[in-house]
Amino acid sequence: MADNVLFIAFPYAAVLVAVVMSVYRYIDHRFTYSSLSSQLLEREQLSWSSVAWHYSILAILLAHVLAALFPGFWGALLGGQFRLYLMEITGMGLALVAILSVLAFIWRRLTNPRVRAVTTRGDWVLLAALLAQVVLGFLTALLYRWGAVWYLHTAVPWLESLVRLNPQIDAIAPLPWLIKLHFLGGFVIVALIPFTRLVHAFTFPLSYVWRPYRVVVWNRRAH
Amino acid sequence: MRIQAQISMVFHLDKCIGCHTCSIACKNIWTDRQGAEYMWWNNVETKPGTGYPTQWEDQARYKGGWEKKGDRLKLRMNSRLGALGNIYYNPYLPTLDDYYEPWTYEYDNLINAPAGDDQPTARPISQITGQPLEIQAGPNWDDDLSGSPVYAANDPNLADLSEEDRAMLFEIERLVFFYLPRICNHCLNAGCAAACPSGAIYKRGEDGIVLVNQDKCRGWRMCITGCPYKKVYYNWSTGKSEKCILCYPRLETGQAPACFHSCVGRIRYLGVLLYDADRVTEAASVDDRALVSAQRDILMDPFDPQVIAAARANGVPDGMIEAAQKSPVYKFVKEWQLALPLHPEFRTVPMLFYVPPMLPVQATLADGRVNLAAVDEDDPLALFGSIEQARVPLAYMARLFSAGNTDEIVRVYRKLLAVRVYRRAQSAGDVPAAEAVRILADAGLTPDSAEAIFKLTATPTFEDRFVIPPMAREVNIESVIDPLTHKQGAGFGFRQDARRGQ
Repeated sequence: MADNVLFIAFPYAAVLVAVVMSVYRYIDHRFTYSSLSSQLLEREQLSWSSVAWHYSILAILLAHVLAALFPGFWGALLGGQFRLYLMEITGMGLALVAILSVLAFIWRRLTNPRVRAVTTRGDWVLLAALLAQVVLGFLTALLYRWGAVWYLHTAVPWLESLVRLNPQIDAIAPLPWLIKLHFLGGFVIVALIPFTRLVHAFTFPLSYVWRPYRVVVWNRRAH
Repeated sequence: MRIQAQISMVFHLDKCIGCHTCSIACKNIWTDRQGAEYMWWNNVETKPGTGYPTQWEDQARYKGGWEKKGDRLKLRMNSRLGALGNIYYNPYLPTLDDYYEPWTYEYDNLINAPAGDDQPTARPISQITGQPLEIQAGPNWDDDLSGSPVYAANDPNLADLSEEDRAMLFEIERLVFFYLPRICNHCLNAGCAAACPSGAIYKRGEDGIVLVNQDKCRGWRMCITGCPYKKVYYNWSTGKSEKCILCYPRLETGQAPACFHSCVGRIRYLGVLLYDADRVTEAASVDDRALVSAQRDILMDPFDPQVIAAARANGVPDGMIEAAQKSPVYKFVKEWQLALPLHPEFRTVPMLFYVPPMLPVQATLADGRVNLAAVDEDDPLALFGSIEQARVPLAYMARLFSAGNTDEIVRVYRKLLAVRVYRRAQSAGDVPAAEAVRILADAGLTPDSAEAIFKLTATPTFEDRFVIPPMAREVNIESVIDPLTHKQGAGFGFRQDARRGQ
């Protein structure tokens, strides 16, 4: 029963909240739809922690998403022993980088009075959730080896069943609680998106690549 | 030919007394709120000096503006993909310490301090953290500090001067400096707008004012680097970029911008220029030496019937064309060619122009008294000292106003001097009239134009200085909004307070 609530009801609720509230915030509070950068106030620590965090977590996220979207391809990719080793080591290395950079974020916000002045309660909640999630992920990788492969036979079928609106938790029910916490953490973070600075992920300005350099706006064009 | 209108500005530096009234007028209306305390959309710098933020002209450090790569223009900071790669951390962004940490004083303590043996004091406290602050720098910290080894000696524009020239510039008792008031240049090829990943910075089609859409700005901070003049500022409280809006709510109601209106030295002129929008890139891409003249070339004659027809065809209202015909800016920039853009080598095609300063005049010290050079009947120009011996070297002025082309500077100074000699002939009569006219002709002026220059420089009325196009109600958007009712706000049109909390 608890599993049903945590791994069926909660994921749906989290995604629903994320979508509805993100749209609402975009419509009604567009002014706040960004990450409140504190680089102007402190740059030395941010210069490595922010870059390290974003690139490591994006690579890890990409691996999770690719594997879930193309399990066949992913399985074939990790078919060789060497490639599997390489993936596991890379994953753990990136996770370590992510953990260190979240710790650096927390340290920076605690110790720099200027940055602390622009830190909200939401920032602390988010940092705690991110730290917990990357630590859980790292521990999962460390304690339950070859996650890159067993992920395909546990979480992926579960996620796929959720997407198909035919939820099945058989594949993940017998997993240890550490791994289940990592699953839950993922959806907690999804639910946090619209209430924290995480919304900035939706605003990545890809259109900059092709938009014209000059922008002219007429208040009202006469013709 | 695609004609667009641009509200443009001229600052006459000979008249600037460095009183900072403009800065205060602006601060009181626009930047007296949280997150904007450190911003001076209008500031006045002492030159030679490092300016605000410190050494803003050093593009090796701040990477502002454009550079020419072959025949093409590229943002100096990075490519488009490079910008997306640097989005998590902009390596060229100034920090708050390059401006200064804003502070106030603990005034409460003066009243509420418990009884004690000592007089209570009002300690400085940071406006960001609220904690006591050891003040390291503040607004205009280098004010009047020419010759200072901390400020003036680090002016990036001194690069072109020889050791000897520098030594003379900073010689004791001959120290020299002038003031450089700066606002947003409302460029035609704005670096900030090109650098904005979100496309939030735009030029108003009607009048060319460059604005930041606060709802579209996502705080990626690239504009601050993209602007070589460092005239876009990051609001640390709202997480948005802000900049000079040329007081457009005032302009739309026929009032001059606050900094213009309040200018004590009456150094500021505002008027419309018509330009060919199709040739902006071309004008920004020529060689350094030709930048000033190329920019002048795309400013079109508002009396030319072809230009008028093209302007109308492009939707420029008749009121705007009339304002362009009366524009004092057109006279200074194009007709008399006395006003030059600041740092044209940044290639943003800035639309704020400066008449370079002549003062102080050449003088010597004898017995502790200042002697102006004696009047020489044979050489009336000697009264004001020769241009080549100007106390601020021409090379320095050329670095500021003509991308290093001293010929442009010499041409301007010859005209300014000729007008002075001509007026001297009329008022003091110690220069032969024929000689004065000959000097005018040498400089490329006529008595009529000299009179006009004199009148617009020395005795202009309010209406002469500010020729604001009449309100076109169908295109105005903020004419019914009183800026004073929006004090402490971060813009117009918000339904909620412009605060974050998330």
